[in-house]
Amino acid sequence: MSAALDAARLRADFPILAREVNGHPLVYLDNAATTQKPRAVIDALAHYYETQNANIHRGIHALAVEATEAYEEARGKAARHIGARAEDVVFTRNATESINLVARAWGDARVGEGDEIVLTIMEHHSNIVPWQQLAGRTGARLRYAGIDAEGRLDLDSLRAAIGPRTKLVAVTHMSNVLGSVTPVAEVAAMARAAGAAVLVDGAQSAPHLPVDAPALGCDFFAFSAHKMLGPTGVGALWARPGLLAEMDPFLGGGEMIALVREEESTWAEPPNRFEAGTPNIAGVIAFGAALDYLRGVGMEAVHAHERELTARAIEALSRTGGVTLHGPRDVEARGGVVSFTLEGAHPHDVSTIVDARGVAIRAGHHCAQPLMRHLGVAATNRASFTLYNEASEIDVLVEALDEVKRIFGRVESRTAV
Amino acid sequence: MSRAEPPFDDLYREVILDHYRRPRNAGALDVPTHRAEGLNPLCGDEVALELVVEGDTIRATAFRGRGCSISQSSASMMTERIRGATVAETRRLMELFEAQLTEDAEPDPALGDLEALHGVAQFPVRVKCALLCWKVLREALTPIETVDDR
Repeated sequence: MSAALDAARLRADFPILAREVNGHPLVYLDNAATTQKPRAVIDALAHYYETQNANIHRGIHALAVEATEAYEEARGKAARHIGARAEDVVFTRNATESINLVARAWGDARVGEGDEIVLTIMEHHSNIVPWQQLAGRTGARLRYAGIDAEGRLDLDSLRAAIGPRTKLVAVTHMSNVLGSVTPVAEVAAMARAAGAAVLVDGAQSAPHLPVDAPALGCDFFAFSAHKMLGPTGVGALWARPGLLAEMDPFLGGGEMIALVREEESTWAEPPNRFEAGTPNIAGVIAFGAALDYLRGVGMEAVHAHERELTARAIEALSRTGGVTLHGPRDVEARGGVVSFTLEGAHPHDVSTIVDARGVAIRAGHHCAQPLMRHLGVAATNRASFTLYNEASEIDVLVEALDEVKRIFGRVESRTAV
Repeated sequence: MSRAEPPFDDLYREVILDHYRRPRNAGALDVPTHRAEGLNPLCGDEVALELVVEGDTIRATAFRGRGCSISQSSASMMTERIRGATVAETRRLMELFEAQLTEDAEPDPALGDLEALHGVAQFPVRVKCALLCWKVLREALTPIETVDDR
């Protein structure tokens, strides 16, 4: 374990981790879906409403000024987390909205009939459906790059998918099913050589890896607060410097305008141009508290800790009879998301049974149905880690799987494969 | 085991696991008169049902599907139970089956083996699994009018 991260100590900062589920201590291994929140984040929400509540960017009074400062301070923290400038970061509701913003505000003006948008087969629905909608509006086509047998992006297949009509390459930075980390710099170089822009879905990477978005060579980087200790209802979009200024608004309304006349309006400068209406002010400020917390622990330490947990989980699960793992074995090429299936038991049955031991894991298609079809499975179970998880929790999961096998009556001879 | 341990012996009854491992009436019919299929989009469970209805009686049943033990055993037991039943009886069974999952009522003896799924009522998130094939059955029978002769 990294000397810099003491999970047992950090756990004390997360009130929910003290509760029991079905009479057992909570073993929360569904962090890729959403993480739990530290006291500092919960307190930041209350602190805002108790001491600063006011609408932002429009008031002259003291509370409005304080709230605006706190909100803009959080923008600076979100930018710092990915090595960027505050003016290039837009707050949204979630990573999904960030991607939809790009599809509308960038895509509608730049993608036309016969143009191509290149995705990978391991994208989350949030990085597929907005592009299908864009293709539907414009007559563009979608092309998919594949993955190799271990679940890593197949760069040859990506190279083949990118062509002269490619306008955008949209890739996940880290698969929410396989854990595979995409070599974004190589992807971006390929896209750029073809004159295409690059969007990176960072919903799974920003919470778990050190990220320098400008250095990745991408044009857009989307991420979400609730997967990185922050509250729900807050996401962010980073765009390459200067790019937001070239884009028309996504949503129209208050705050995003410069001048409104009866018939037409002019737009505010970015990032306000893309933040129509009153945003989730409390949520953004609390996201700032989450980013402070992550900074205090250090993303290198978070990554190192999760790599250890991932290695242990892969090792323990691969020793468990009947388990099939989906995703790369090499922990250097992946993050802390471990998908598996157990022979003879459907993932929902597995999830129900381990829940009885207080173990929260995901079961289902993980909003990645094209990937599920590619893998030839209807669903998987998924354990996903973050900074407060401990090795002993993996042991609890593996023991709970024995209970599944007992109920579903697997015979030991079938485990020998 | 702790006091709060959920009642697995109620959920995963042997008859359920048996139907899951060896589904009855699995496959397709040569000449079905009625068919429908359904999906639980959130979990991916699938059931495609085929029936031969002659007059007011269900003469043959078959289903194809994939999913969890609850959704698939429910389909297997359902196709067993409704074969030979009239459409009116089948609609009555639908009500009885739904009642045992959504109300704190004892299962009706008319349900036969399907009574084994009563334990699902204690796992609310799994109720939709047990009901999937019944929703499909309801759709398959939609064209047939019956008089409630209770």
